[in-house]
Amino acid sequence: MSNMDKTQKDAGSGRQFTRRQFVGAGVAAAAGLAIAPGVTLLDLAHARPADQAADGAKRWGMLVDTNLCKNGCTDCVAACGKENGFASTGHPETDPQWIRKIELKEIKSGRTHSLPMMCQHCATPPCVDVCPTGASFKRADGIVLVDRHICIGCRYCMMACPYKARSFVHEEHHDQNPDVPRGKGCVEGCTMCVQRVDRDLLPACVEACKAAGHEAMLFGDLNDPNSEISKRVATYASTQVRADLNLNTGIRYRGI
Amino acid sequence: MSNPASFLNWQIALNWRIALNWLGAACAALLLFGVAISGAGADEGKHQIDAKGDKCVRDTEYMRRNHMVLLKHQRDDTMRKGIRTTQYSLKNCVDCHASPKNNSVIGSNDNFCQGCHSYVAVKLDCFECHSSKPKDTAHPLQAGQMQAGAMVTAPPGTSSDEGRK
Amino acid sequence: MKYEDFQRIEERAFYALFALFGVVVLLGAGAWHYMEEHGHVVTGMSNQVVWGIPHVFAIFLIVAASGVLNVASIGSVFGKTLYKARAPLSGMLALAMLGGGLAVLMLDLGRSDRIIIASTYFNPTSVFAWNVILYSGFFGIVAAYLVSMMAPRMKAYSKYIGLAAFIWRVILTTGTGSIFGFLVARQAYDSALLAPMFIVMSFSYGLAVFILVQSTMYSWNGLMLDAAIRRRMKNLLAIFVSAVLYFTLVYHMTNLYFAKQTDFERFILLDGGIYTSLFWFGQVIVGSLIPLAILFHPQLSSRCSAVVVASVLIIFGAFCQLYVFIIGAQAFPLNLFPGMEATSSFFDGRMPHPYTPSLPEVLLGLGGIGVAGLITMVAVRAFQFMPRDDYDQTVKAEIAPE
Repeated sequence: MSNMDKTQKDAGSGRQFTRRQFVGAGVAAAAGLAIAPGVTLLDLAHARPADQAADGAKRWGMLVDTNLCKNGCTDCVAACGKENGFASTGHPETDPQWIRKIELKEIKSGRTHSLPMMCQHCATPPCVDVCPTGASFKRADGIVLVDRHICIGCRYCMMACPYKARSFVHEEHHDQNPDVPRGKGCVEGCTMCVQRVDRDLLPACVEACKAAGHEAMLFGDLNDPNSEISKRVATYASTQVRADLNLNTGIRYRGI
Repeated sequence: MSNPASFLNWQIALNWRIALNWLGAACAALLLFGVAISGAGADEGKHQIDAKGDKCVRDTEYMRRNHMVLLKHQRDDTMRKGIRTTQYSLKNCVDCHASPKNNSVIGSNDNFCQGCHSYVAVKLDCFECHSSKPKDTAHPLQAGQMQAGAMVTAPPGTSSDEGRK
Repeated sequence: MKYEDFQRIEERAFYALFALFGVVVLLGAGAWHYMEEHGHVVTGMSNQVVWGIPHVFAIFLIVAASGVLNVASIGSVFGKTLYKARAPLSGMLALAMLGGGLAVLMLDLGRSDRIIIASTYFNPTSVFAWNVILYSGFFGIVAAYLVSMMAPRMKAYSKYIGLAAFIWRVILTTGTGSIFGFLVARQAYDSALLAPMFIVMSFSYGLAVFILVQSTMYSWNGLMLDAAIRRRMKNLLAIFVSAVLYFTLVYHMTNLYFAKQTDFERFILLDGGIYTSLFWFGQVIVGSLIPLAILFHPQLSSRCSAVVVASVLIIFGAFCQLYVFIIGAQAFPLNLFPGMEATSSFFDGRMPHPYTPSLPEVLLGLGGIGVAGLITMVAVRAFQFMPRDDYDQTVKAEIAPE
């Protein structure tokens, strides 16, 4: 699809779109980050406009059904690696991993199952508390990120994370995905594919699981009672990993 | 108790005046040397400008002095708030300024970013993490928003195609 | 070697030792450059063990730095005259060691070129951020303290600045212990006990370092420390070592009582390999019990050389303790799913996470000691840090034999 086609395609609805866009942007600018749920003026395009900040009324989360998660399947891991520009360097102990499949075996009964583990995007993240520069932060819509512009690479967040979610970049990287800047000396972790979420797409892992037909991962807005994920969390029992820490994670699991 | 009269125990006698004289002489020599070698640089004003389209998002003089301010503000907007307007985004800069030779803004002193930065000896930190090569296709949804976003935020008198070359 | 012979080569010996420290610092700087250039992949640290040997050295230097100031505090705050004479030396050592420790810590950062960001971007909930203020303030307060003790006109203020320095350093060491104590994620940490334990550790390490440096200075100058003063200091050291042992006992006893901590305690105390050896042999036996035996022995403890040996063993035990505490705690895998065995491509459940110190890390850590050594050598040459015990009535009465 060439650039010219896009211009022509949008030109017809351009005026209407722009006015609503302008009003929406003006409201957003005036009200800061908090917008009442459902009053986004851009349902037309089903996308958050580029100049609007992350919505504080939303809370992005995931529901993972481990009963549907197969032992040995790593579709989500591969998709994450592809989207975020990982390449194996031959040093598995220092290679970053944002999501991994944990194979579990219950010691007493021998029952096995597996699940994907990534940054849990806690509501009260320990990594955010300990970061000296504030590089580890929680965005308004609940996604926990590392601002690599100010990360000094002290790895304190890695010590603090109860889920071993963070990785340190031990080597130089080249040929990064332009949407996912990452480099040596900073700490990084699952971003819930924020570059995709901001464009109203699903995180790569969820999309891959869906595309392969496993349907084990569901992504959505936990603050929206009408979203699929909220309905399921309200209906079926789900737990958080290390729930006793009371971190109020954004990732919930069924079947563990 | 320690003797209050003599807590200094210099082994080497130091004549401060002589030391200061030498220091002053060294500084002067360094200054003259610096002026001399800077005159030897012949590249002034011959900076390679790889770019697509007819003009940048702001005029050249402004960009020369303030592009880092724009980028820094944009990075905080994008990182912290998720505002992804493209006019001042680094990706947009790279899209336009990547050299046709190696499809990058760094790699040799003929490239746009590296050429100027190595001349003025300012460390270029961005591309340790950011890709120095353009992303070939913009996502369809992004493209639509880019145009709309540019129309809302572009300063008056600029074309609507500006943010999306 | 007779002292007269040594006196003849003293100047050359000084410069030789200075050069040795200088080489150590250069090697450390070279190691840092190598790590900076290639990334931390050249070290033994990984995504499983993220803090390694440099942190062991750094934490030792920082904890010992605040502890060595204790000698001065006993003089200024608690009014013990015989410690007052030692206060300038203790203050200077505190600055030197803190400088060395911070150098290692800051150079081990993934982006050490961004150190200044730690001052310009500040997260008020982070202990590391508090430390930026606490450590900088420590430098300032101790420098002021030194000036107040050594400049004739400022002597009246030394008591008040000394009190401020004491309070500041207690807060600082509490912060150092809380770096670990605040971490709810790890089974080895997550305990309020760690802050006071670090305070007590600082007393022990600091005094051991002080005795070592003091003894070296005395024998370098051909002097002998008064037996009564020596006895007082070695008794104090023995008390501190016992206190550290007590805290270690309480820490492990409490952990053993919790079912959820049993696996961790089994790892440290029984089958953790190197960590178990370092704990029992390094920290408990060589680092605590043998020094206590020396320090409480009626005949042995009166000999200066025995006390120095005890100090060296205590410092060795300190390194072992910190190695187990920092690295052993990380080698034990995080337990996300109690009651289950976990395996993953990210080494979940792998017992233990392997870690081998690499040469660049060790050199960087030693470089910190080199920095502290260089500062100390320049300072003792330029200023009068040698403790001068005037035997007036006050002191004599204080150190009268029991």
